[in-house]
Amino acid sequence: MLATFRRWQDWAERRLPALTRYKRAEPLPIVLHRRRVYIVPTGFGAAFSVLLLVMLIGSLNYNNNAALLLTCLVGSASAASMLVAFRSLNGLRLTAVRQGHAMAGEPLVLQLVFAGGDHPHPSVQIYMRDQVDAFSVAARGEVLIPMNLPTSQRGWQPVPRIKLWSHWPLGLFHAWSWIHPDQTVLVWPRPETSGPSPAHAGDAGQHQRLHQGEDIAALRDYRIGDPQRHIAWKHSARHPNLLVKDFEEPESQEEWRLDWRQLSQLPTEARIARLARWLGEAETVGRPTSLWLPNDEIALGHGRSHYTRCMDALASLP
Amino acid sequence: MRFALFRRKPQAPIGTRPFDLLCITVAAVLGVHAPHLPIWFTAALAATLGLRWWQRRTRSGRAPLYLKLPLVALLSAAVIFHYGTLFGREPGAALAVGLLILKLLETETSRDVRVGAAFSCFALMAALLFDQGMVATALVALGLLPALATLRALEPARPATTLPRELLPALRLLVASLPLALLAFVFVPRLSSPLWGAPNASQSRTGLSPDMSPGDMSELLIDDRPAMRVSFDEAPPPKMQRYFRAYVMWSYDGRRWSTRDAGQTPISIEHGPTTGYTISLEPNGQRLLPALDVPVSVPERAQLTSDGEVFTDRPVNDAYVYAMRSATGYRLQAQLDARDRRFALALPAGFNPRTLALAERWRAEHGTNDAATVQAALALFHDGGFNYTLAPAPLGRDAVDDFLFATHEGFCEHYSSAFTVLMRAAGIPARVVTGYQGGYWNTTGQYLLVRQADAHAWSEVWLQGRGWVRVDPTAAVRPERVSLGAAAASATSDWSPNHWWLDVRNRWDVVNRWWNQGVIGFDQLRQHGMLTPFGLQDTNAGTLGLLLAFGGSLFAALGLSWAMWKRPPADPARTAMQVLERRLAAVGVARRASEGPQHYFNRAARALPSQRTELEQLMRTYLELRYAHEKPPVDLLKDFRQAARDFRPRRVVK
Repeated sequence: MLATFRRWQDWAERRLPALTRYKRAEPLPIVLHRRRVYIVPTGFGAAFSVLLLVMLIGSLNYNNNAALLLTCLVGSASAASMLVAFRSLNGLRLTAVRQGHAMAGEPLVLQLVFAGGDHPHPSVQIYMRDQVDAFSVAARGEVLIPMNLPTSQRGWQPVPRIKLWSHWPLGLFHAWSWIHPDQTVLVWPRPETSGPSPAHAGDAGQHQRLHQGEDIAALRDYRIGDPQRHIAWKHSARHPNLLVKDFEEPESQEEWRLDWRQLSQLPTEARIARLARWLGEAETVGRPTSLWLPNDEIALGHGRSHYTRCMDALASLP
Repeated sequence: MRFALFRRKPQAPIGTRPFDLLCITVAAVLGVHAPHLPIWFTAALAATLGLRWWQRRTRSGRAPLYLKLPLVALLSAAVIFHYGTLFGREPGAALAVGLLILKLLETETSRDVRVGAAFSCFALMAALLFDQGMVATALVALGLLPALATLRALEPARPATTLPRELLPALRLLVASLPLALLAFVFVPRLSSPLWGAPNASQSRTGLSPDMSPGDMSELLIDDRPAMRVSFDEAPPPKMQRYFRAYVMWSYDGRRWSTRDAGQTPISIEHGPTTGYTISLEPNGQRLLPALDVPVSVPERAQLTSDGEVFTDRPVNDAYVYAMRSATGYRLQAQLDARDRRFALALPAGFNPRTLALAERWRAEHGTNDAATVQAALALFHDGGFNYTLAPAPLGRDAVDDFLFATHEGFCEHYSSAFTVLMRAAGIPARVVTGYQGGYWNTTGQYLLVRQADAHAWSEVWLQGRGWVRVDPTAAVRPERVSLGAAAASATSDWSPNHWWLDVRNRWDVVNRWWNQGVIGFDQLRQHGMLTPFGLQDTNAGTLGLLLAFGGSLFAALGLSWAMWKRPPADPARTAMQVLERRLAAVGVARRASEGPQHYFNRAARALPSQRTELEQLMRTYLELRYAHEKPPVDLLKDFRQAARDFRPRRVVK
């Protein structure tokens, strides 16, 4: 019994792409076309066809041709709405999946980029892992649909199967297609909740260092090589030379040189969690960090992009 | 504990737009049903609709159960109060419209709106059971627009527009599906006999009735709805001979004329040449078919009585088309047997003494010269100071006495009734005949339009050797009634019709006739015969189904090609490149999804070393075309397309 069902399922997967949720993964871009859009009447559509049948029999019985004409008109409009439903999906493309950042256990925001074909795609609905959203795409337009992907552990995680469907225009027909983009997204490790600080690896430098910071310390003359966006245009206008804003930040934080090898007494996941916590703490106070990993070495740095790079490296550890 | 199957998921309340559209739909349903609903009922329902709309604008929420149940009970009570029952066509329609409006009270979710819109479609169709004229059908079809727009407005994430613009896509959908609808309409096999009882005739229909008392017809004579349309096989008869006989009335009780049961006696008639014609009769709920003068052959399922009346086997509740032949020169019932003679001379005792006295005097004067007596009576009407008016003074118990000697005014009923009484009193067998006289000859459609206002009453007298002879006493008073028609005859009376408007309507009637013949009269018989010009003598239900399936698939193919049509890429260089890619793919060099043109051409050149120079040339041209210019030069593009067309990859023999 089970074997028969499995064989039938295999056959369905082979013969009917996108009909079932067992759609195999495929590379982007995914274009919806006639081979992968399926249509059945909705519950309302079935009830409406029963109503149409009653109207048909009634008008035939009473030999009322005007009523018959009206019934035929409603019936053919319903049939035409099936084509409109199909057309709402036909030609729709999933061109890219952009990912946000999330720790394991937090939902990860995926940005699905849908592009329209040469006609509009009104009222398309999307289902992914118990979330439903609706959107419409203009002809040759593009929309970004944010979807939350629940995560449980760090590392590469495949993008789940997505169902696209539409009841457009009258709600009589359910046109749908399953898509399964061959994409993986990276989930960051979850930092441990508490633990020791890293061993001090260098003396505390208390001196103020002039550094790229947030606060404007002074205005000085332009020197070749200064970035354009630092030029104080307003002040320069009242001055013979170009003036440049000089930024300053108190470099009060000591550097942390984080090393995988320092934590050799811990199991792998605990090591990763601790490093993630340290990275997070350093990021909140703006402390420069460097990270040494078995397969990667990241030089001293700070800021959001540095943090992202370190966390990505941690997440993709084997 | 409840079953999971019946647990309904809580649904979010709908927005204002779908609700507004549903209100418009329901208002349209109420509008198309209003003509047959009592005014107070329509007003109450409209008020309910308006109140609910206003209530939901201020704050949403369903009507509570303690409000809904009494309202349903009140609705049923109102229907029963007015119609006496809940079943049947009129009460059923009233109940359906009422329930639809009460459904609005609990409409909050999209499911409720869908139910409301679908039921509105049904209620719109039900309106056509009362009037299937062209204008009514068009109005009902327009009522579908808000219904479809309502369903459309329920779908999420659709572009926002104004309320009137919501109706446009629905109109487009309806227009696009019209060809398929017409195909289905023509080929859906009609039933030869109804599956269950046909609806009862409506009581309120006006038309000729099987009995008549002077004054009855005054409402009918100002009713300018069409009664029937007649097209003649040859030239139409002259105006003076356009008498369409309906009922022949023998019995008179002093006030009212009525028909008698003619029995099964066959008609006895000697006639000259006959005229063939086809009548399209508007529904009147009666079994009688009007016929020009005296019919000699009648349609199927109809029978001819000895008086020349034609009856069908069931009441005419839908437009009915029949063909007949009639004689205008004839001798009807040359021998009058004693029983019929007694009938045709019977007068109630104790009525109209002065009339009887006048008839006695004429009889003494003219003796057995019946024709002279008839002339004397006509002369009395012509010279006796009689007036033709549609609003005559009321008559007392001795109606004919009052009319002949006191009021001197009336219309066809008064004249025919008084004339027949005079004839009977003078010993001449006579009877009253009602029917239609005159009509408007529509030159565009080549047919005679007969309106209810053309209803007429006249007399027939039996003369020795000539049988029953038609005498129209109204013509003696006002000859215009016969020569110009009812409208001209009453033009000088209080009721003066707008001639211009009537003329427009007479001309417009050709469209109604076309609708009646082409759409309403398209029955099983016509359907079976419709393919005769194509060599199919009798198209039965199987053939019709086959044709329907064939035509349906044709439309399906058309629709699918529309739905799947893709605009060809407007980039000629890309098109030419695609041709090239297809050809190279055929020899095993398929372009990968993320492969640039240069890499691809180099790969192709390695795979096909014999054509390396051609491929490199193509690559250079393509790269220049793509990247070297803001706008690609025309001759370069032409060269590339030509080269791509001519390129034939030669498979390398390894």
